[in-house]
Amino acid sequence: MNGPTTLVAERSLRTSVTGPALVSNDALSMRYDVDPETGIVKRPDHDLFGHSIAGRILVFRQTKGGVATGWALLNLLSRGTAPIGLVCDVANPVFVQGAVLAGLPIMDGFSPSPRECLASGDIVEIDGPQRTLRVLRRSHAT
Amino acid sequence: MNLDDEEQALLAGERGSAVQQAIRLQVSVGDYFGARDMVRVGSVHISGDVEELGDAGVEYLERMGSLGASCVVPTLTDPRGAEFRGARLRQDPAAIEIERRTIAAYGAMNFRQCNNCIIYQTTLQPRRGEHLAWGDTGSVIYANSVFGARSNFEAGPSALAASLTGRTPRYGFHLDGVRKANVVVQVEGRISDLAEWGALGCVVGRQMRGYWDVPVFTGLEDEPDSDALKHLGAALASFGSTAMFHIAGLTPEAATLSQALSDARARRELIVPTGGLEEAFARFDLPFGKVDLVVFSAPQLSAAELASVADAFAGREVHEGVRVFVTAPSEVVAVIEADGVRDRLQAAGVEILVDVCFYLMTPRLLAALNSFSTLVTNSAKLANIMTGHGYAVKLRRLSGCVDAALRGVAD
Repeated sequence: MNGPTTLVAERSLRTSVTGPALVSNDALSMRYDVDPETGIVKRPDHDLFGHSIAGRILVFRQTKGGVATGWALLNLLSRGTAPIGLVCDVANPVFVQGAVLAGLPIMDGFSPSPRECLASGDIVEIDGPQRTLRVLRRSHAT
Repeated sequence: MNLDDEEQALLAGERGSAVQQAIRLQVSVGDYFGARDMVRVGSVHISGDVEELGDAGVEYLERMGSLGASCVVPTLTDPRGAEFRGARLRQDPAAIEIERRTIAAYGAMNFRQCNNCIIYQTTLQPRRGEHLAWGDTGSVIYANSVFGARSNFEAGPSALAASLTGRTPRYGFHLDGVRKANVVVQVEGRISDLAEWGALGCVVGRQMRGYWDVPVFTGLEDEPDSDALKHLGAALASFGSTAMFHIAGLTPEAATLSQALSDARARRELIVPTGGLEEAFARFDLPFGKVDLVVFSAPQLSAAELASVADAFAGREVHEGVRVFVTAPSEVVAVIEADGVRDRLQAAGVEILVDVCFYLMTPRLLAALNSFSTLVTNSAKLANIMTGHGYAVKLRRLSGCVDAALRGVAD
């Protein structure tokens, strides 16, 4: 993967985190697509099917569906299966509400999309106050 | 954000720690979305199903209750995930326990526990322009689109915060500009069955690009009633994360197509051609013979829908080995008890699940505990969610659902 190593988000919480990215081109529902016990995506037709979101900075297209994500992130956090940061093209307010409750950094609104500039395994930094997403190290897979 | 004196006092903890936590959450969310200030809300609709809440969620509710939190605006609850009204179902004991704790916590905060996702049909009709903090996607899209009220999707914790502060940050669908349509949907062909209205929501919802997309429908030859609008909205929200739609010439902020359209946003055009709804029915058409379940739910049914189901059975009985469920809030059940529809449904072998919605009842555990695998429904939303929970699903019109119930097999 190539492209800029620093992207600026239109919106971000003021919290920050660094860690490995997990990149998806699909929309994701934390409530319906993820097994809370394991953090593994259980929806068969999802491009992350079988992958765990636990401990990852999840980089994905958009959140899907309902209000359930509001509690879902706190639930995942309490079980140790939550992502550590959230980066999406477009964030549904419910997702932001849930991220605030769970204390997880989140940002959205990019051009180009981080999905086009990042690969799973890249080490990335969410800098909340600066509203930036920075690639610190590319994964050797790409 | 600009906070008034009272809000500053809440933030300073002058009304206690629970309210302070609530307004902190609201200020963070408001800052994220660039909200100028807060708006007072007329009511709150709060959701928190057992699986989604988990121990962490219910502990949060209990903690807020124990801190003396209490609602300052009417706060109505969404359906439960455990049935306490005599359902013949093996339910997960852990889910029942979480539900009981949730009920106690809601009680401590003086919520009105109507367990109802169709409050806009039965209980509380907001006025045009009224600001709300509603937390069921189906109720939000209906309130915005059909009543012209103003709400974002307020998830459980956010709705709880609004209940305690009586306010919500002014962003999203509280603002005029956000409510304008950016996607014109030209509908060709006729729509009659409720399943088709849901299918329209599925087909269009799948082409939405997220929460900020607002479709306006034009060219509809058939005027939807309240139940049709409910299925359209619920499916749009389920498939598209959509919070508002317009129908030109029909919904309150779309007297004309041009009134509904945004001048500021780039516009897209979609066409749903004659026969275009079949895409939704084909999407949920897994091959199976024997039918375990026929479910009418998501959203809960109105008294009119329940009467339609009873009429469709026309005195015939559910095939042996098939379970047929409808879900409804107590308020609706009281109506069908009085008008005889409940007796007709029960005579047909239809089971009424009260104060729940089917997909909230820990679907995977329910399947394991009751040997459920195949499901036929008329709700595109339910089809979507239950597919995600591993059920083999067919989406059918009312007649197809009843046929499956009577024959025990689905074509």
